[in-house]
Amino acid sequence: MSGRRIQQGGRVDRSRAIRFTFDGKGYSGFAGDTLASALLANGVQVFGRSFKYHRPRGVIAAGSEEPNALVTVMRDEARCTPNLRATQVELYDGLVARSQNRWPSLDFDVQAVNDLLSPLLPSAFYYKTFMWPRAAWHKLYEPVIRRAAGLGESPTLPDPDRYSQRFAHCDVLVVGAGPAGLAAALTASASGARVMLCDEQPEFGGSLLDEPAATIDGATTADWIRDSMATLRSRANVTLLTRTTAFGYFPHNLIGLNERITEHLPAPAADMPRERLWQVRAARVLIAAGSIERPLVFPGNDRPGVMLASAARTYLHRYGVAVGQNVVLVTGSDAAYAAALDLHAAGVRVALIADVRADATGAPLDLARQAGIEVVTGATVLGTRGRLGVREVTIGVLARGTVNDTRRVKCDALLLSGGYTPSVHLFSQSRGKLEFNEARQAFLPSVSAEPESSAGSCRGIDGYTQVLNDGARVGAASALAAGYSVAAPEYRVQALEFGMHGLPGVLPQASPLQPARAFVDFQNDVTSKDLALAMREGFESVEHIKRYTTTGMATDQGKTSNMNALAFVAGELGRTIPKVGLTTFRMPYTPVTFGIFAGYDRGDLFDPVRTTSMHDWAVQQGAVFEDVGQWKRARYFPRSGEDMHAAVDRECKAVRTGVGMFDASTLGTIEVVGPDAATFLSRLYVNGFSTLAVGRSRYGILLRDDGFIYDDGVIARIAGERFHVTTTTGGAARVFGMMEDYLQTEWPDLRCWLTSTTEQWAVIAVQGPRARDVLAPLVSDVDLSAAALPHLGVTQGRICGVPMRLFRMSFTGELGYEVNVPADYGLAVWEAIHAAGQPHGITPYGTETMHVLRAEKGYIIVGQETDGTVTPDDAGLGWAIAKSKPDFVGKRSLARETMHAPDRKQLVGLLTVDPKVVLEEGAQIVATPGQHAPMKMIGHVTSSYHSAVLGRSIALALLRGGRARIGETLYVPMPGGEIAVQVTATVFYDVEGARLHG
Amino acid sequence: MRKFSGWTLLKEAFGGQQGWTPQWRRVAPQAEYDAIIIGGGGHGLAAAYYLASEHGITRTAVLEKGWIGGGNTGRNTTIIRSNYLFDESAALYDHALKLWEDLSQVLNYNVMFSPRGVMMLAHTVHDVQVAKRHIHANRGNGVDNEWLSPEEAKAYCPPLNIERNIRYPVLGAALQRRGGTARHDAVAWGYARAADAIGVDIIENCEVTGLVRDASGAMEAVQTSRGLIRCRRVGVSAAGNTSVVLGLAGVRLPLESFPLQALVSEPVKPVVPCVVMSGSIHAYISQSDKGELVIGAGTDAYTSYTQRGALHVNSHTLSAVCELFPAFRRMRMLRNWGGIVDVTPDRSPIIARTPVPGLYVNCGWGTGGFKATPGAGHLLAWTMARDEPHPINAPFTIERFRDGHLIDEAAAAAVAH
Repeated sequence: MSGRRIQQGGRVDRSRAIRFTFDGKGYSGFAGDTLASALLANGVQVFGRSFKYHRPRGVIAAGSEEPNALVTVMRDEARCTPNLRATQVELYDGLVARSQNRWPSLDFDVQAVNDLLSPLLPSAFYYKTFMWPRAAWHKLYEPVIRRAAGLGESPTLPDPDRYSQRFAHCDVLVVGAGPAGLAAALTASASGARVMLCDEQPEFGGSLLDEPAATIDGATTADWIRDSMATLRSRANVTLLTRTTAFGYFPHNLIGLNERITEHLPAPAADMPRERLWQVRAARVLIAAGSIERPLVFPGNDRPGVMLASAARTYLHRYGVAVGQNVVLVTGSDAAYAAALDLHAAGVRVALIADVRADATGAPLDLARQAGIEVVTGATVLGTRGRLGVREVTIGVLARGTVNDTRRVKCDALLLSGGYTPSVHLFSQSRGKLEFNEARQAFLPSVSAEPESSAGSCRGIDGYTQVLNDGARVGAASALAAGYSVAAPEYRVQALEFGMHGLPGVLPQASPLQPARAFVDFQNDVTSKDLALAMREGFESVEHIKRYTTTGMATDQGKTSNMNALAFVAGELGRTIPKVGLTTFRMPYTPVTFGIFAGYDRGDLFDPVRTTSMHDWAVQQGAVFEDVGQWKRARYFPRSGEDMHAAVDRECKAVRTGVGMFDASTLGTIEVVGPDAATFLSRLYVNGFSTLAVGRSRYGILLRDDGFIYDDGVIARIAGERFHVTTTTGGAARVFGMMEDYLQTEWPDLRCWLTSTTEQWAVIAVQGPRARDVLAPLVSDVDLSAAALPHLGVTQGRICGVPMRLFRMSFTGELGYEVNVPADYGLAVWEAIHAAGQPHGITPYGTETMHVLRAEKGYIIVGQETDGTVTPDDAGLGWAIAKSKPDFVGKRSLARETMHAPDRKQLVGLLTVDPKVVLEEGAQIVATPGQHAPMKMIGHVTSSYHSAVLGRSIALALLRGGRARIGETLYVPMPGGEIAVQVTATVFYDVEGARLHG
Repeated sequence: MRKFSGWTLLKEAFGGQQGWTPQWRRVAPQAEYDAIIIGGGGHGLAAAYYLASEHGITRTAVLEKGWIGGGNTGRNTTIIRSNYLFDESAALYDHALKLWEDLSQVLNYNVMFSPRGVMMLAHTVHDVQVAKRHIHANRGNGVDNEWLSPEEAKAYCPPLNIERNIRYPVLGAALQRRGGTARHDAVAWGYARAADAIGVDIIENCEVTGLVRDASGAMEAVQTSRGLIRCRRVGVSAAGNTSVVLGLAGVRLPLESFPLQALVSEPVKPVVPCVVMSGSIHAYISQSDKGELVIGAGTDAYTSYTQRGALHVNSHTLSAVCELFPAFRRMRMLRNWGGIVDVTPDRSPIIARTPVPGLYVNCGWGTGGFKATPGAGHLLAWTMARDEPHPINAPFTIERFRDGHLIDEAAAAAVAH
């Protein structure tokens, strides 16, 4: 057991013990612990296994940059989350955590054999082998590799938790509540500006939480943080968000925040969302993201017990945990000395500080030596030992290429510091330009692309006094830029602190050919030798090296590894770091749960369900529905014992012989109004509308500019300057969009206005020979006679006392009306018609019957008979094109030669030679039977039904040169054999159209 | 070229990996080439490889303004399939699929082509009609595609949600078993290595700044950030930047460029065994060999050359993924990125001569270019070598937008009624 809880100190609540399990074994921690700190306090050193070699790994960090300590947390069977960092998992009573990527156990993992085979498995080895025989990759090698890869296991049950979303606006969004962020938020909010402050940790304070001995303006850090938070909480213009990660920077200062709400609670209330997505639009963004310490790269640097010096300090001061009892520090930075001195003061034996800088001098070294700690400068590390935890480190002194004074030092924790890397992730996501700072050996924000500023150590500021004052100044400047004025206060900090910069890269070794491996990317097991191999194979672009070796592509996205990899590559190539360049920073900063992006959009809210006024009535009648766009449409109304076929047959017969009623409310409706409304519609549709009389309607066809059918509908002239335009159900929104597009960009001179009125109307189609008899007793102010209201006539009046637009029209081929009433009256009028129709046997019918009835008449459905490649002439609708119009959308395209080629696919009817056989929609047509693939296919079936009134099957088809083939026998090849069909005209019933005018 | 094999790996294991050599040479541009490909993505590198290997034009250079494979080749979701509706498209994509099937062996580079099956879901009656039409047309063209019931779809992809009471229930699926995925980077590197080995110069960090024409108007040279290079046969294969490059020769194409996004989750153990696509609710998902769920989102609604898209486009896709795979709601997004796709009015590509003699173009692949990589390169090489199209790409001309011979795959799937 190496780690231990020290007697006092830390911010954990020692009065509240928390029980939890890890890999089935029970442990105890304190309220305020993370899983990592509690396990360390219990002496656990191995947290997980690495991705490729399955090497045992411990925790190296204390925050979100942790690459190794990934665990699965299981609240219950369905609430199972893989790949969480133990450093971010807050302890709660009963927490169950499990290690990953190991079998049978964490301490003994069979796949650790990969580690022995590692000479065979250098970076990218998989591109060079597994190619023979051809099928073996997919059948043999890949399944093995896939099983070995992956980290934790995906949840298998539907996630029962809820996720929430909020949009917010503010003047200044401060990202990060360390010293810079707190000072910035205090200052900016004092101006009156609306400030939002977020931090990924459960507590505000950032690195100040690791500094219990420091004072700010005379107050201890703990008091200062407490008072600052009280001030911020007291301000109504401040929003504070803990456990909230700013994960993405989107154009125009939109920031995505991920707030974790219940993850730390032992028993979250059922109505609480687990996490929330905030989409914050900020006038100014202030990034105070801090910086992250780098490990050092040397042989054997990945053993459990090897840890960042700053992490050891965090565990000591925040959790009261000493990460070892006998530690060695290896450092390339002054910063680590603070950790050494603090650990020493806490009673931990510091066996040695190995400073890799030959020229290291000054206060940090002096203080360490005064405390009795041995310091070696110019040191390098030759290796480490210890199977499941570091037990020994071999240190030497490097001078002029040779290593002297080699010695082995026993230790149970090895603490590293390679200096700090400023967290420029968000800045870079915003597309700001980074510049390499030679003195700090770091990329720092340079030119902004968005209204944002960085403050504190994320822009290379060093020292608490400077960082606080930088935060305050940038906070004031951000408020000013957002229109608020305030003076920045001056802070004075007393702390034991040293410079943060160090040297990235791999520790120099005596010989470049070390047998042991020095790990750069811990999680993905990328070593310096892998990087060297990539360069040997000609990969010199840093993006290529990343992809070839996978360095920086693990779930930590290279937070601790990228700069080391970059510096090593630069050194090997003999180029400067900025010359080699950075890989792109991408969102998210840390992994973000899918659930928050979906938010409330789940189940029926995934896409709004649109229902008509008569929907509930149809539900009560037992209708079967289909999805058409967002609408629910009744497909058929089965009576007991009926299948779809039987119900549709009955419904069809009712319409042909008596009367049926149909809910047509889903069709799009657009009111086109204005002095130029007729001109507008004439330019848009292929038909002419200037000559359309008031009280008349016309079937309209809308083309795209390429000349192909886009939509269709009936357009009625209600008054001289007022048209009632209908569209297809699925086309309503896009037709409206197209109309607005043309009106606003092509013909802004037209005085014409558009209103989408789909939702305002309930539309009831009453169709069949008895339709007039049903409506007559219900309507007033309307003459239903054929003379007064002929086919395609339109009138206004009342039905059941409700105002109505009444269309005489038919999509069935029968006498028909469409009753348009305000949507709120839809159900009442529908029920009244249904009641009035009872003596006539009125039958409600659905979309399937509508489809059969219109197919019997050869009427097309856009999207079924058309597919974006069909002209009006192809569909047999050439008659609709107004010949005399100077122009309409698509006219020019229709003039192209190919649009009149005789072998174009044209709409025809098909009758199967065997009348009982119903063709499959989408089936292909060939001229000569007995073909094998590839066949010469000359058309396809667009619609196919059993027709009750004809007592046989019918079909519509698009067929090459189809109209010239009427009378021919063709074939539909199916897996079970060919079906012979005869080509016919498209109208199967009432060819002369007499019934329409009844 | 040093042959890759288990044997060489074993040898190098004992040699400290010291015997490996650069996979392609780092060369300065020569003064003149017989052929130049502008754009070092998979398509361009493949074209160079086939120019040299099949047409003997080894004095070929690939000019890449950044690093090879850094554009859409390295940014896509690696889906490979050929179950397109129209005869022309089916022939084109199946030509590519056949080349994929032995590409690792041809290139001696494991591109990890994995025919794990591509399943396209149908959610509405209209979807079913469209899917069945595809299946019938594909069968006639000799392209495999079969209909699965919801239960069969779930058997093929166990985490799929086929509950009938969800917003858009799965009514069935069209499965192309020969479809699957490949490793995108390996395709670029494999072609680069194989092309280099037979003499092709691959020149990175070389941006084309001008296309020089002679008095007759024909291609004469390419002006680059690394100097003037003479060449009378130039192929442009620059995806989202094609319109910019062709603009240098005064050629305008009917292309629009849109940002298209994709994302991956953190890696998990195998859970999605195939590719699942839902065109009508916009979700595309597979799982990489590393274990990441690879998810494709839609294009932004507006044209742009910026390689990132809008947040709400991603959100919509993840909502759809969570509906189809409700267990994945707790999975986490690890990385998100964008690429620029060049889109033609009929959503089909152009592989053709241009109005400028000696200038050829391969573009307009929209959101689906990766699957065509070997085929597109093969056909561009043929067209450049013979100054006439191969029968397979003959319909994919520029002129079709003028004369109306469109190959409209997108419209064929459009929803209405």
